[in-house]
Amino acid sequence: MYKETDILKESSVEGNLIINIGPQHPSTHGVLHLVVTLNGETIKKVEPHLGYIHRSIEKMCESLSYRQFIYVTSKMDYLSSHINNHGCAMCVEKGLQIEVPPRAQVIRVLMDELTRLSSHQLWWGAMAMDIGALTPFFHAFREREMITSIFEETCGTRLTMNYMVPGGVMADVNTNFQKSVKDFIIHFKNKINEYDELLTGNIIFQNRTKGVGFISKENAISFGCSGPTARGSGVSCDIRKLYPYEVYNQLDFDEILEPGGDCFARYLVRMKEMKQSISIIEQLIDNIPDGDFQAKTKAVLKLPKGEFYSSVESARGEFGVYIVSEGGTTPYRIKFRSPGFSNLSALDFMSREGKIGDLIAIMGSLDLVIPDIDR
Amino acid sequence: MQALTNRLKLVNRKPMTFVEKLYLWNILKGMAITFRHIFKRKATINYPEQKRTFSPVFRGLQVLNRDEEGKERCTACGLCAVACPAEAITMEAAERSSNETHLYREEKFAARFEINMLRCIFCGLCEEACPKNAIYLSQTFAPSNYSRKGFIYKKDDLLIPHPKENPDAYAKALGERKKITN
Repeated sequence: MYKETDILKESSVEGNLIINIGPQHPSTHGVLHLVVTLNGETIKKVEPHLGYIHRSIEKMCESLSYRQFIYVTSKMDYLSSHINNHGCAMCVEKGLQIEVPPRAQVIRVLMDELTRLSSHQLWWGAMAMDIGALTPFFHAFREREMITSIFEETCGTRLTMNYMVPGGVMADVNTNFQKSVKDFIIHFKNKINEYDELLTGNIIFQNRTKGVGFISKENAISFGCSGPTARGSGVSCDIRKLYPYEVYNQLDFDEILEPGGDCFARYLVRMKEMKQSISIIEQLIDNIPDGDFQAKTKAVLKLPKGEFYSSVESARGEFGVYIVSEGGTTPYRIKFRSPGFSNLSALDFMSREGKIGDLIAIMGSLDLVIPDIDR
Repeated sequence: MQALTNRLKLVNRKPMTFVEKLYLWNILKGMAITFRHIFKRKATINYPEQKRTFSPVFRGLQVLNRDEEGKERCTACGLCAVACPAEAITMEAAERSSNETHLYREEKFAARFEINMLRCIFCGLCEEACPKNAIYLSQTFAPSNYSRKGFIYKKDDLLIPHPKENPDAYAKALGERKKITN
């Protein structure tokens, strides 16, 4: 806990200045409150204060049935809501030992990768905006719009899709789905080169990000970082490779590792991941098997007594769902392992002894989604 | 404060050339890409005047359906209220009297039916749970009101227009949804 006396102690040091960034600050991507201790321009300490958008989703899920609680989780990490729903549905399936039909598995993986693409697109725009380049944000949203349209015509909504249900997916894909995804892939392949041209090769951008916010491999592991944040430090932690779920073990894709450990390495990981996602989609889009899109399940789901855990690779890292069941229709206790929370814990370490301007670049490279951190 | 270990990272920075130091070439290159987009097709639409079409499965505000003769389908069984994760639906059942047969399809009907649109998360579980095809999610979205109370939609706000008395409004409200038979 941060006490008032701590602030007094730190501010009494000669030359120290304490400033608050957020909770109403555009660069914090939501309602994150950072108490930053500065000495001149140098950061001495960053303390994130959480809880501004805490909705007690974990507690809320204890009163909802196993079908209902999945729909609440898409409000956690709203940029990768498909993947959140996927993780929850998988955990329930694990408890009930439901075999998901192959068609549903492929649709799920396709939707996951599209979500990853759209999330990384938004991150790309937002990070560039944090650093001071406003135009990429509009470019990113233009392409993201195509993905949200694909989601809308199949799932019904554009952001909180609620498409995954225990046993498969809610409805079959739209007849237009394959065509619109292929159109998007052709369009986006050109655009990602433009992204590279516009930002990656830009020397101003490189000077802002190279060598900034360094975290070593060992420290990334000890802070519990996952996803692109850890892979930017060379930690192999892709759940899709390490604990393959659905059809990921039949697919041909690479786990992107960058040894750099700085903001630019994390940036490169996400850019290369987008290309991997495109290749996964290309492998699957023509090979959606026929069959049911949903396994037959009982009307009322009851998990057997026990504890179940399943994890998926979300756009930000490992998203885990841990359910303790007492045998009833609702979970006894539920715990979500959100990637943003662990990644945020490394922010203080990354930004110490750096400059205040770099803090914004580091936050951009971490790809924080505040409702995911607070839940 | 404990000494921070493993913090040092040697950045291999070759000195920038004069052209790179100016940053001018990179600015111009970025600007060229940006300006190229001026001549491309516009990606935006002028929202209130132009509206994009939604897919038939779009989940907007709920509508209480009638059958072809204008009788209300809802029987106030409460399955939608049970299925709702946000607990947004409340209802009260009543029994149909003999002179109300032209109003309600079955013997039981909803005397009071309310959906709190501020609580609703538009998941579509109510539509899935309904055994009578009485409730569905329409393509209307972005409701507006002057007070929070106005967002608690009563039965009058939710009911679809009468297909016989007001066929145009009925067709419009039904939208591109496939006609529900039975």
